[in-house]
Amino acid sequence: MKAYLIKRLLQIIPTLLGITSITFLIIQLAPGNPAMLKLQMATQGQVTDTGLSQQIIEQTKKLYGLDKPLPVQYLLWVKRVLTFDFGTSYKDHRKVWDKIAERLPVTLQLNVIALFLIYLISIPCGIYSATHSNTVTDRLLTLFFFVLYSLPSFWIAVLLIMLLGGGDFWDVFPVYGISSIGAENWCFLPWLTDRVWHLILPVICLTYGGLAYLSRLARAEMLEVIREDYIRTARAKGLKERVVIFKHAFRNALLPIVTLLAFLLPALFGGSVIIESIFSIPGMGQLSFEAVLSRDYPVIMAIATISALLTLVGLLLSDILYAALDPRIKLE
Amino acid sequence: MQAPNTYRRMVWHHFRKRHLALLGLWVALMFFFLALFAPLLANNRALVLRFHGKWTWPVWSHEEGIGYQTWKELREQMGPGDFAWWPPIPYSPTEINLLENLEPPSRRHWLGTDDNGRDVLARMIYGARISLSVGFVAVGIALIIGIVVGALAGYFGGWIDHLISRLIEIFLTIPTFFLIITIVAFLPPSIYNIMVVIGLTGWTGAARFVRAEFLKLKELDFILASRALGASHGRIIFLQMLPNAMAPVLVSAVFGIAGAILTESSLSFLGFGVPPPTPSWGDILSQSRDYIEFAWWLTTFPGLAIFLSITSYNLVGEGLRDAMDPKLFH
Repeated sequence: MKAYLIKRLLQIIPTLLGITSITFLIIQLAPGNPAMLKLQMATQGQVTDTGLSQQIIEQTKKLYGLDKPLPVQYLLWVKRVLTFDFGTSYKDHRKVWDKIAERLPVTLQLNVIALFLIYLISIPCGIYSATHSNTVTDRLLTLFFFVLYSLPSFWIAVLLIMLLGGGDFWDVFPVYGISSIGAENWCFLPWLTDRVWHLILPVICLTYGGLAYLSRLARAEMLEVIREDYIRTARAKGLKERVVIFKHAFRNALLPIVTLLAFLLPALFGGSVIIESIFSIPGMGQLSFEAVLSRDYPVIMAIATISALLTLVGLLLSDILYAALDPRIKLE
Repeated sequence: MQAPNTYRRMVWHHFRKRHLALLGLWVALMFFFLALFAPLLANNRALVLRFHGKWTWPVWSHEEGIGYQTWKELREQMGPGDFAWWPPIPYSPTEINLLENLEPPSRRHWLGTDDNGRDVLARMIYGARISLSVGFVAVGIALIIGIVVGALAGYFGGWIDHLISRLIEIFLTIPTFFLIITIVAFLPPSIYNIMVVIGLTGWTGAARFVRAEFLKLKELDFILASRALGASHGRIIFLQMLPNAMAPVLVSAVFGIAGAILTESSLSFLGFGVPPPTPSWGDILSQSRDYIEFAWWLTTFPGLAIFLSITSYNLVGEGLRDAMDPKLFH
């Protein structure tokens, strides 16, 4: 076990180097460079003296170290990242870590609630469907979750805003940001109500897709387990149906569902670009979007690296969880 | 009923028993024909026109009209004895009419008009072309890369397999959508860039399936027999092993089309899609956000089209997966 862990942890290093070097290469080779963009933004495209603007671009490039050859730039970046320093943003010269620290709580708030709801609703639905398989309710639930699974989240988001966001239909929910202006000065209870009120629509959009996926998975896993011989044995022993389902079947069906949790780590961190931009939520998704639009290399690299690392850790975690929960699996 | 005697017939035999999968197939085919015959369905040029005793086929002509008059002007000057057969939706997707902007669905404009007075239904029919071509071409690119890479890994094994497996792992771990936005945001807006980028980031699924199948297949006797007969590597890989490894790849390709359509519409929604005025579903939906308080038709219909096309491919994919072999993917 220990040897396996060490081997897996060591394997993360070359994979991570591969990921970061590919990402580095792609963002550097993609057209548009930060120096040029900065000049355009500063002058709003008013510069006519090409010699002067060329000079400014060269200076900016030098400032950011963009004048060095790519491999050198990459190695310098790796050297800095080894000390957990992702550098400063090109856009506002603030530390990348500070920017992330500012946005992460917002995204975590949204995603933790969404994740909690996903597991809370989908598992009972899945179990119900599986234990009542081929009844009308099961078929309706299955169809419902299938439809839910294919609904594009940005469509649902704009539909919800249209219907409930104060247009021609109903004015129930706010559709901008995560709290009202000045809410930070309110007492706790009104502040909380206001926050919850703001979070409802984005949380719905972030929840239903995963909910549909997990319900379908839970149903399939339960159905498979229920057909096993040991379930028949449990029933033959005269155990109550409730005990058979929850103690014997459910625990075994839970395995893949629990390990799935590990894959959700990077999503928890990264947030949703689309949902956050639709609801103007200042989270990680919006940060990545802004970074992409302004070619903010340090921020882009930091986000890509951290989410890749979280994915790798998640994969390892799910393997370990699997082995811990299922004694038949031995990690070699 | 006679028992199905080939693999293909067997799959079809099982597939057609699934009503939802068949429904999905019909919807997918409907979108396909909408895309294929878009110019005949929605156009501001008549299909057949008789004007002052002269017969013309405006749909097929490259001219803008007859003489100094455009087709639209001719439409208003039709006299007795003149005849025109218009497409069911007599508007082109890029025809601007500011006098009729943001109109709700009516008899003139079945699904309403957008802020430039363009007919939404006409734009959606042409939008199907974008979605479907991105879906098919992107998946085609992904399939070609995935099959070649997966076949090399599975067939040769050893260090090649080791290297490719690492590469697959890397691509599985990269935050794909983020990467796609990073690339597309600064490329000049074009449908081809989107196809290529989605294809280049989506090949890992096919590669993994082909590799796994090849690892199994290469141990079988018929491969040993071919090799003993002196068949070349290329011949064995492409003519003998690949046909036997295609089943799971095809299923994942069908799901891949749904995924590519979703990615394209998300990109268009974020503003990185095809350049205007080319219509695309995600783009119409994105424009609807400016008029979200009242223009429900701009929000509802393009989203419905995205949803229906994604669902249809997902249904076909599930049906195909179950029909090919229930144990194939478990």
